[in-house]
Amino acid sequence: MADKKKKLSLIVFSGDYDKAFAAFTIASGAAALDYEVNLFFTFFGLDIIKKKRGRHFLGKGFRARFFNFLLGGRNNLPLSRLNFAGLSPLLLGNLAKKRNVAGVDELIDASIKLGVNFYACETAGVILALQKDDFIPEVKKIIGIGSFLELQEGGTTLFI
Amino acid sequence: MATQYLDITQEHCPMTFVKTKFALSQLRDGDILEVLLTAGEPLENVPRSAREQGFQILSIERVDAAVHKVTLKK
Repeated sequence: MADKKKKLSLIVFSGDYDKAFAAFTIASGAAALDYEVNLFFTFFGLDIIKKKRGRHFLGKGFRARFFNFLLGGRNNLPLSRLNFAGLSPLLLGNLAKKRNVAGVDELIDASIKLGVNFYACETAGVILALQKDDFIPEVKKIIGIGSFLELQEGGTTLFI
Repeated sequence: MATQYLDITQEHCPMTFVKTKFALSQLRDGDILEVLLTAGEPLENVPRSAREQGFQILSIERVDAAVHKVTLKK
């Protein structure tokens, strides 16, 4: 191939519903427009890619298990503003559906089908005592910042 | 050679691009894809992106005030 593929990498730090919405809108849109897309999930962002979507005691050790329980998983992502104990994400999701705008789950599915690359942060995984098997199978690898810097080289990188 | 049809007039970003990409990936050499889309973002970017991915734009026609038809070939 003569032309090198354009590349976009996102550091998904936030586990907020609205920011996950933004991250996967950008990721799926870019992949559909033929970009190579790399998503590097770290800290709260890891909550989005846990295999168990609900509130579970994951990991090893009481504190890690309790913290993962508090985080709540993909089904309990809070809004960064006006969360109202989890009511607003439901309201926003319903509004999006009513207006025929794709929601977070649909955007994640589209990203997977379009071949977006998912990576989990090694250090955050250590803190939360999460292993590769705790994440959805689309997570290709658990990597550190050195590998991520290598992956994003020559493209555009955003922090969300 | 077959002709496929796609209507993304009711879709919003990024699903306009996502659904087009899925449809393009189903085409075999020589196949045609007719895409109905709205002016603005989809009309500006769907043909451009398809062209960048090696598809041939056969025509862009205005269907009515809001809708355009883009015909692509693999």
